[in-house]
Amino acid sequence: MLFNYQEFLDGINRDAYHEGEWQWEEDGYTVTRTYTYSAPGCHDSCGVLMYTKNGKLERVEGDPLDPCANGRLCMRCLNLPEGVNYEQRPKHPMKRAGKRGENKWTEISWEEALETIATWIRVNIDEAGLGRESIFVNHGTGRNISSWVPFLGGACLGTPNIGAIGFSGYSCYLPRTCGTAAGIGDFPIVDASETHEDRYNNPEWLPPEVIVIWGCEPLKSNADGFLGHWLNVCLQMGSKLVVIDPQLTWLGAKADFWLPLRPGTDLALALAWLNVITTEELEDKEFIELWCAYYDELKEHVAQFTPEWAAEICQIDAELIRKSARFYAKASRGAIQWGLAFDTQVDSIQLCQTVSNLMSVCGNIDKPGTNILVRNGFEINPGYATAQLYCPEETFAKKLTVDLVHPNCVQFIGMADCDAVNRAFESGRPYPIKMFWSQGSNGITCSATASGRVFKMLQNIEFCVVADPYLTPTAVAFADIFLPLKTTAERDSMRVWWTPLRAMKGVSEWYDAKSDEELVIALGLKLNPELFQKRWPTMDALKQDYLDTGFNIYDEQTGKSYRSAGRSKAGRIEVADAHTNYYHKHKDNGDGTYDNLVQRGGYEYDDFCATYRKYEKGMLRPDGSPGFATPTGRIELVPFITFGAWGIEPYATHRESISATRWLNDAEYKAKYPFICINGTRSYEFFHSENRQQKTMREFHPWPLVKVSSQTAKEYGISDGDWLWLENSEGRCRQKAVIDPTLNPNYVHAEHGWWFPEAKPEFPHLFDSFECNINNLTHSYETGPGGIGNPLKSICCRIYKCTKENMSPTPGEVITKLNGYRNNFIACEPFARDLAYDSTCNINKDVIKDTPLADVFGDGSSLDTIYGNKKGE
Amino acid sequence: MTKGILINYEFCTGCHSCEVACKKELGLDFGEFGIKLEQVGPYKYQTGDLSEKWEWTYLPVLTKACTMCEDRVKTGKMPACVQHCQAWCMYFGDVEDLARKIDGSSRCALMTGAVTS
Repeated sequence: MLFNYQEFLDGINRDAYHEGEWQWEEDGYTVTRTYTYSAPGCHDSCGVLMYTKNGKLERVEGDPLDPCANGRLCMRCLNLPEGVNYEQRPKHPMKRAGKRGENKWTEISWEEALETIATWIRVNIDEAGLGRESIFVNHGTGRNISSWVPFLGGACLGTPNIGAIGFSGYSCYLPRTCGTAAGIGDFPIVDASETHEDRYNNPEWLPPEVIVIWGCEPLKSNADGFLGHWLNVCLQMGSKLVVIDPQLTWLGAKADFWLPLRPGTDLALALAWLNVITTEELEDKEFIELWCAYYDELKEHVAQFTPEWAAEICQIDAELIRKSARFYAKASRGAIQWGLAFDTQVDSIQLCQTVSNLMSVCGNIDKPGTNILVRNGFEINPGYATAQLYCPEETFAKKLTVDLVHPNCVQFIGMADCDAVNRAFESGRPYPIKMFWSQGSNGITCSATASGRVFKMLQNIEFCVVADPYLTPTAVAFADIFLPLKTTAERDSMRVWWTPLRAMKGVSEWYDAKSDEELVIALGLKLNPELFQKRWPTMDALKQDYLDTGFNIYDEQTGKSYRSAGRSKAGRIEVADAHTNYYHKHKDNGDGTYDNLVQRGGYEYDDFCATYRKYEKGMLRPDGSPGFATPTGRIELVPFITFGAWGIEPYATHRESISATRWLNDAEYKAKYPFICINGTRSYEFFHSENRQQKTMREFHPWPLVKVSSQTAKEYGISDGDWLWLENSEGRCRQKAVIDPTLNPNYVHAEHGWWFPEAKPEFPHLFDSFECNINNLTHSYETGPGGIGNPLKSICCRIYKCTKENMSPTPGEVITKLNGYRNNFIACEPFARDLAYDSTCNINKDVIKDTPLADVFGDGSSLDTIYGNKKGE
Repeated sequence: MTKGILINYEFCTGCHSCEVACKKELGLDFGEFGIKLEQVGPYKYQTGDLSEKWEWTYLPVLTKACTMCEDRVKTGKMPACVQHCQAWCMYFGDVEDLARKIDGSSRCALMTGAVTS
């Protein structure tokens, strides 16, 4: 083995990298040791050395003395100066001068911008007798998701309606956190030594023997606070791989087992793995005996799900399922790295719970080299909970919740329900949305499923504010006021996502831009001055309260403490102490400030995440007794109580999406749409819709790429680089072909998040955002049990080559000028009731289909009965 | 002593960090590289012991523009590509030391530039 961590540490010239200093002068530059987050960024924060000159970011290097990333840095952060110094980056707040979509703006002051917003809300919402719930606040991912924008929504704007626009089924991460919390009570991540400051040298740590990479490409996605390349070190230290993915990845090519299952069938596979493990008695009997509940019930339930049964559904070999299940179960240390695919299936919540069960029955919980249980460092938990702490209870009661679209479901997530929000926009029920606040999100280009439909519903919004570092297609299409935000290089901020706590120090300047944090203060002082003057009048006060209470409430006069009643609950509850562990750790020495954190090098690990076998030590339950944070104190392999309360069937069963059901059973449908279109796989160059302005990223990755198999290329006469149309009933988009000889001929794979900052901004172009948007083909309102999971990564489509004759009308023309690909959308129905879009016929025929969507299964059953949503208890 | 870069390319993930770090260090223009990633595969072997196994290999190649980061190295820093290698598969040093590091446990390539110091 060539990898040697101690040799690496010993080899670093610590003088050259200025150990112990956080800022110094070097060759005419000021160098700052800090962390990046976003924007542009990702879910991670790597230690960097920022080189600035005269307030301008000139160069970024990785910091070899940072234990999180050890100086290793991805191409996006290496190229950060191109994003930060992008010439067309807005410099000042702007108000719209022409019509929406004309891209005509007038620069204004922050005072005018904030006054305009405050006046609009006062006149059109407050004095009009409406409630603040008629404001919807939209945020993106990575940056700020867990704290700043939800906090702004609750504390500044006073609305409970915060979330992701058009993002049916909360199809990112929330299904995993909730699905696993139901059974385990905490969240498991792969242990690649990331919780220890001494990393791979930690005396307790051991690399996993087997790592299962399931539904993700972690090297490229670095999702959910986990740097994918940590796993590459584990491989060098001997970890073996199982890769479960419809398409071959580089990791898949290195794996002992690659399981190329049909997209959307992961639960069938997981149930079959449980079947193999329980029938062959490969489970960890001692762990189950001591720490799990309902094993017999689980075993009895999965007895029906044989590898042969799953093989037919997943379209892989039964023996491959058996062998790979044994390989994971027999490993002394197994760890499962799960990805976004878990959240984008209609059986998502049960899939997440079932794969948690795989970890549990094999005893791979919270031991070195397994899936360890982690929480936010120092129990600093700003986010949805504390956002809603400051939303008035009577307003909170009007939150758009899942039961509005799925009457039998129960809201258990902090976000407003995405489809309930869609419905309010589309139908005005239960009340109309009047104002759209979008911050750090480019919805119509990126995350909004059914992009054309979302465009249509947002057109009617009365007032729109977009806050972003860049003028995005979303801003051009809808913004009445545009607020320029700082990038990661300019902002003072902090993050907790597991461990360590990290500080980002602003090092450069960009005209009038404000950071998300500064915007919270400015807007709060304008709209909610009583609260903000008392709690957060300045950045220093805001940063300190983040560290001290995570925005919970400590009343100095009474000495009483209050916390949020819960992520999806209104109001506050009194607790013994609202202070964070960070406050307690540092209060005696008085060194618990943001500046102290920056000057100590910008990071601090906490002990909780670094401790193994927390369930033995009484660290997980509020009462301090051993066990897990579940109702029974044991891992509940069948989560009767929690799923029961959420209205979800506790026994998992596999379901197919509407499109998959048709594709499998309806020969005519399959002939029309022969391909399953996987989409959204990440690339090294881009984080979602970010980085497209950067010349160097586009040098490596100039165009959106659609993968087709060699067989498909031959059948359709496709060469590498040909532009292809991808099309289904909902619309079409085009991407450039790349022939992948390893791809199943039934599948194509399209990229997401593309826009072209060099293209024309005004309608119908919108930076050509709709031309290549795979979400022209996805749909909303189809979710699984609990209202969770939209099958957006396994849609069906056909393909054909772009020709001069078939280029018009372009997707941008159709969506922005011709009223969209589909008409007659009925709120709560996934597909429109007009004739399905078809390039060979005229668009927008107002013909009601013979078969309304709810009857696609021919038995008159509603989606709720199809997906088994039960009444909550 | 001739300096070299050892690439444990069994574990090169193709992440492009070396290429971009180098472009920034040397100020290279669009399309120019001091180190350039090359790729073999992916394909499945049909013959021999490797039948049914996948090939998917990356290897970054030093170009004429590579200076072995002579100026950086003089100040005690690592070459830009080695410092930023996400895959943790690059090492810098005297070629004799690097050659000794190769232990036959994985596929390695030892490259030098034309610069000695």
